[in-house]
Amino acid sequence: MSENIRTLTARLAEEPSSLAFLELGEALRRRGQLEAAYKVARGGLSRYPGLAEAHDLHGRILGDQGDLAGAFDAWVEALRFDPMRTSALKGIAFLYFRAGDAAAALEHLQRAADIDPDDPTITQALVRMKSADREGHGAVAPARGLQEDSRLTSEPDTAEPQADTRTQGQLLVDGAGLRLSGNLRGPHEEDVGDRVAAELAGVSREASRTSRLLGLGVWQTIAVESPEGNLFLIAPTPDTVLLTMRGPSLPLAQLGLIAERAAREARVWLESQE
Amino acid sequence: MSPANAALERVTQVPGVRGSLLISGTDGLVVAERLMDGIDGRAIAALAANLIKRLGRATVGAGMRVPTFVHLRGNAGSVLAAPGQNDLVLVAVVGLDANLGLARLEMLDAVGRLT
Repeated sequence: MSENIRTLTARLAEEPSSLAFLELGEALRRRGQLEAAYKVARGGLSRYPGLAEAHDLHGRILGDQGDLAGAFDAWVEALRFDPMRTSALKGIAFLYFRAGDAAAALEHLQRAADIDPDDPTITQALVRMKSADREGHGAVAPARGLQEDSRLTSEPDTAEPQADTRTQGQLLVDGAGLRLSGNLRGPHEEDVGDRVAAELAGVSREASRTSRLLGLGVWQTIAVESPEGNLFLIAPTPDTVLLTMRGPSLPLAQLGLIAERAAREARVWLESQE
Repeated sequence: MSPANAALERVTQVPGVRGSLLISGTDGLVVAERLMDGIDGRAIAALAANLIKRLGRATVGAGMRVPTFVHLRGNAGSVLAAPGQNDLVLVAVVGLDANLGLARLEMLDAVGRLT
């Protein structure tokens, strides 16, 4: 048993309600200990049935176990709780490709690319799929190629992130500053979602007040430039704010297009939750 | 002409800009202004300063430095803000027909010249 797995197992035993099961399940999966990984994931899901990350992990393990229908359902469930979860979109794309439905696979990968254009695993998979599709290969060859790409349906490794992918993500926040969906990573890959969500409730109120009092009508968007990255805020509904964050190399107008598309999807998702 | 007034002059010459002002980011007070009649500079200064402060906290929370440029777009116009040195923020109120790209460039250049 590796030191990491031993440490995570001890942490989970000490605090069964901790989210360490996510890391432990993934570590076990990567080592090929699928049965143990499955048990860890199921245990976590029983505690956190609404956690997209848990469904995503479950999907990856089921996929590795060959239960593709189960994996599909798990990833759909992950997207129900977090419609911007790119790893689940990639997983579903992989399954569609295996099933020979290249159009559906490409559509899901494209959605993932729109959400996270800086993720090289998505763009590489898109190129590979399009190339295989053009060459008229069946589903088997590209699927094998995608399957061999261990990062396609996995969380990123702990390798040093590339400079421009250090700040990125998308976050849907309610009027009280609580995270509804999405993730935001800081420069050191730490999760900064809840902290930023808490600030965004105030931003939305301030933007509404400013826009109204200055005769600018209803606020539509806020674009924020910073040396390390750009933020784009948009209100999918009057009570929510969607934040999209990318590195500074992505043109701001393009970031706006991505944000607007994501806002449309968020609106549909919010309506489905009512 | 003072550097502050020169900065405002450049920005207000951009088509679609209704007015510009230089404010203190911390307390939202007007340092200098060049506005069309009927626009309340004190209100803009107070509101823009609050918004910039909020956005600053959000960007710092995301692990980034404070904003270098902010664009709030409403369905009838926009507010642009370029924080600079010494707590100064250059703010512009623009209409829907404004050349936003040019206004942004002029503001970033102008605020960079203020010390």
